[in-house]
Amino acid sequence: MSTPMVDVKAVHKSFGTLEVLRGIDLEVRAGEVTVVLGPSGSGKSTLLRTINHLEKVDSGWISVDGALVGYRSSGDKLYELREREVLKQRTQIGFVFQNFNLFPHLTVLENIAEAPLSALGRPRKETLDNARRLLDRVGLADKADAYPKQLSGGQQQRVAIARALALEPKLLLFDEPTSALDPELVGEVLDVIKDLALQGTTMIVVTHEIGFAREVADTVVFMDEGRIVEQGAPGDVLDAPRHERTKAFLSKVL
Amino acid sequence: MSLTSDPPIDKTTSGAPARPAVDYGALKVVPVRHPWRWAAIAATAVLLTQFAHGFITNTGWEWGVFADYFTADVIIKAVWVTLQLTFYGTALGFALGIVLAFMRLSASRFLRAVSFGYIWAFRSIPLIVQLLFWFNLAYLYKKLQFGIPFGPGFFSFDTMGLVGAMSAAVLGLALHQAAYAAEIVRGGVLAVDSGQLEAAAALGIPRLRQIRRIVLPQAMRSILPNAANEVISLFKGTSIVSVMAIGELFYQVQVIYGRNGRVVPLLMVATVWYVLLTSALSVLQHYVERHYAKGTTR
Repeated sequence: MSTPMVDVKAVHKSFGTLEVLRGIDLEVRAGEVTVVLGPSGSGKSTLLRTINHLEKVDSGWISVDGALVGYRSSGDKLYELREREVLKQRTQIGFVFQNFNLFPHLTVLENIAEAPLSALGRPRKETLDNARRLLDRVGLADKADAYPKQLSGGQQQRVAIARALALEPKLLLFDEPTSALDPELVGEVLDVIKDLALQGTTMIVVTHEIGFAREVADTVVFMDEGRIVEQGAPGDVLDAPRHERTKAFLSKVL
Repeated sequence: MSLTSDPPIDKTTSGAPARPAVDYGALKVVPVRHPWRWAAIAATAVLLTQFAHGFITNTGWEWGVFADYFTADVIIKAVWVTLQLTFYGTALGFALGIVLAFMRLSASRFLRAVSFGYIWAFRSIPLIVQLLFWFNLAYLYKKLQFGIPFGPGFFSFDTMGLVGAMSAAVLGLALHQAAYAAEIVRGGVLAVDSGQLEAAAALGIPRLRQIRRIVLPQAMRSILPNAANEVISLFKGTSIVSVMAIGELFYQVQVIYGRNGRVVPLLMVATVWYVLLTSALSVLQHYVERHYAKGTTR
């Protein structure tokens, strides 16, 4: 079997005395969609944030497309990467936040073009053309010159997705992308993510949208108290959960 | 104002004669009277008129002398010195202030402590005391030398020649200003949502660019009003430099009235210049703030 796109091995992470991740092992193959479910405080978001090194792990390791995240191995030692190298790694891992985190003082187009211009040093003309294409793809071609505050939550999140795509990442991470949205705006964002899934983008999505998981996920992972309780095809985990914790959680959200 | 529905008609008391339905919308509205407000307005107006009358009729103001000196060469030159002191004090002060602010926000305990110590010291020493120290620097250090720390030196200067009165004043103002600027900049940076830096980091935007393109423009929103206060207060604060016998506005005015004894009109010359230039700074502030307000309104 080929190496997985994402390989998480025995990852532990604590904040002070609180152990948030208690030994996580996870593999995600290229082109697959993994949906992570679980109650709040189960460590889902922290796991996602360790994958692009927004959080450092305490022990264990993570690799993306064969490259260690945040470290370089040489001989019998692991060397911590310099910030510049970490930033370079992150350009290959797109991250979409729950609160969008668009840059409010930049227009939609500038938001999308910023990272390709400054992090990858792409030529301006090509970058702006590409940004417009991406906006068209998320259905917001007419909003290029708007500021984020002039958009609805759903539109802002679609811009944030276009911004992540602009770096042409190998992997997309979504941290509860619809949790901050009004209910009627959830659908438009999920549609964009589904569309990406159909095109074979490798994604890890932390969400509470069970319907989305059932429809789009190749693998569903259920986490609780910093551990992966069970994982498998959506049909198995969602319809025939084996673990009591999973059953209890699903009975509450379904 | 008009009512949108008919007033309720009591139907239960069928025996009593029905009250005629009133269309309140057709009635004339009598506003509430405010007699005390009018009394306050009258009293204030009388005081204002008295003040204006005194201002115009009192010959002690000597408006003729004021007019003679207001645009005199010596005064214009002094205004120019005042503006230079303000400009260099602000520019150097904020440049150092930005460095100090990021030192205080740094992960290194040592850099944080040094920055804190600087701010503590320079906020604690009165500006006038500090200025006199700089002015007398040559008394403490005869020579300034550049070279390897504690090792041999490459060039050296006489402190006497290097720190003239003007540079001592600029240095004093800038170092003093830096302490305040540091706190203002730090406050502005802290006011930017932490998600902004996180998003910039997640996108792999280089560190300096994160600060310059993402954080500082947003921080400017809360930095600007405070910074404008500081610039204006520094502008007026330059009058303290008169203790060092530098020909700025206030010193020059003092020299002239010391000679001709026309204290009041000459103080007015200085006052009007300070007011005019402060107003200009306020207008400038308005436009700069508008520039940095991009994207904040719907």
